[in-house]
Amino acid sequence: MTDHDSAYDGLLGGDDSQWAFGTDFEDPLAGVDTTIADGVDPAALASYCLMLGDDALVYSHRLSQWASNAPDLEDDIALANIALDLLGQARLLLARAAAADPAVVPVLPEGSPVPPEDALAFFRDDAGFRNVRLVEPEDADFGVTVARLLVFATYRLALLERLRSSDDTVLAAIAAKGVKEVAYHRDYAARWFLTLAQGTEESRRRLLAGLALVWPLLAELFDTHPVEATAAGQGFGVDPAVVADEVDVLLEQVLSVSGVERPDVRPTGPLGRGAGRDGRHTEALGRMLAEMQVVARAHPLGRW
Amino acid sequence: MTTAVSPSAERARRVAAEVTDPEMPMLTLADLGVLRDVVVEDDVVTVTITPTYSGCPAMATMRDDLVHRLRDHGFEDVRVRVALTPAWSSDWISERGRQALRDHGLSAPGPAPAHGGPVPLSLLPTRRGLFCPRCGSSATALTSEFGPTACKAMYRCEDCLEPFEHVKEI
Repeated sequence: MTDHDSAYDGLLGGDDSQWAFGTDFEDPLAGVDTTIADGVDPAALASYCLMLGDDALVYSHRLSQWASNAPDLEDDIALANIALDLLGQARLLLARAAAADPAVVPVLPEGSPVPPEDALAFFRDDAGFRNVRLVEPEDADFGVTVARLLVFATYRLALLERLRSSDDTVLAAIAAKGVKEVAYHRDYAARWFLTLAQGTEESRRRLLAGLALVWPLLAELFDTHPVEATAAGQGFGVDPAVVADEVDVLLEQVLSVSGVERPDVRPTGPLGRGAGRDGRHTEALGRMLAEMQVVARAHPLGRW
Repeated sequence: MTTAVSPSAERARRVAAEVTDPEMPMLTLADLGVLRDVVVEDDVVTVTITPTYSGCPAMATMRDDLVHRLRDHGFEDVRVRVALTPAWSSDWISERGRQALRDHGLSAPGPAPAHGGPVPLSLLPTRRGLFCPRCGSSATALTSEFGPTACKAMYRCEDCLEPFEHVKEI
């Protein structure tokens, strides 16, 4: 009998490979040297990893909502794959945050089998999340998703490209994998952007409507938070203001090929302190988390 | 570094190298390039694997399969560790693995793009010189850059009209 003959063997075998909350490997960083480099403040490293991890986690959940709802099967699968890549990045980043500064992990009842990265994902309220607001809204239309994914993936790719030389070896390793993945995400969005812009009047109208919704949230991405400044100063992170021009050039490339003008809209405030990176979010995030977290929160001692 | 490999280490390595990928069972973990290292020390077998993609959902199954198979061969204490670096590349798929993919109707990856500096934007579908794994035709068309698993793209042969999967260059 091979290992794959019965799905129940793995669940009921009674060995230590049973799992709770999704996937296995109690510690996704098992075997990875998590020593913190000299000159790196562990608390700042943890906060910074939460920012990058929460961007990926929240957006992964939003993209996964397209499963079975996308315009066709190929895009259903594409968006689910992108969501899965981001979820994987989120898991590693949240685990890195927890390893760097255990104080960031919500305290669960004694005996809870929930690993630290799951405690961070499922047991923080919206005010504890450090993602930018760009990733929060639920997209009712594929045109909005294409515009949002283009902006998000372009921004994230620019950050990850630089993070490959982070002084934190774990962050550098996560970034090196992430670059390969997010490059596919960005090109997928850029090609759809061009297709919708040059498609029918209706596809163009819906893409432009999406771009107008997304554009006001762009400025927040490059508004340096003190934690990001510290991260850049200590050599393990990137000041997002540094990638603003590069992201702009790339977006301009896609816009001009597509024959689309950049929307004339004002940034959605607030910026700087008091925005997403400080835990001030749109109403959409609270509702999303309620759905995402409800089962885990009902069973903090649960084994699955 | 040259160290004397004990007979048990050699045996553990052979057992681990034969464990297959849960999603592409025609490939062993060694052929896929996911199996990085097998070390035996004081009767403890430590196997190091690396994920193909960050969100690879097959890691847990790979671990369980390695543990079970090595236990079946008398290795009681088996530990599986994850190495994140260097990041997996499709270039690590062995020649035997590539042949196994083709034998099972999948298209093997070409050379992976070098990821050093900024990744250039590509607005046109990725150009790959592929052959249909069924009829050998070079007239193939990309249907999606994303497929049933994270590591595959979907193609269609324009001669025999059959769809097929291509393992992506990464």
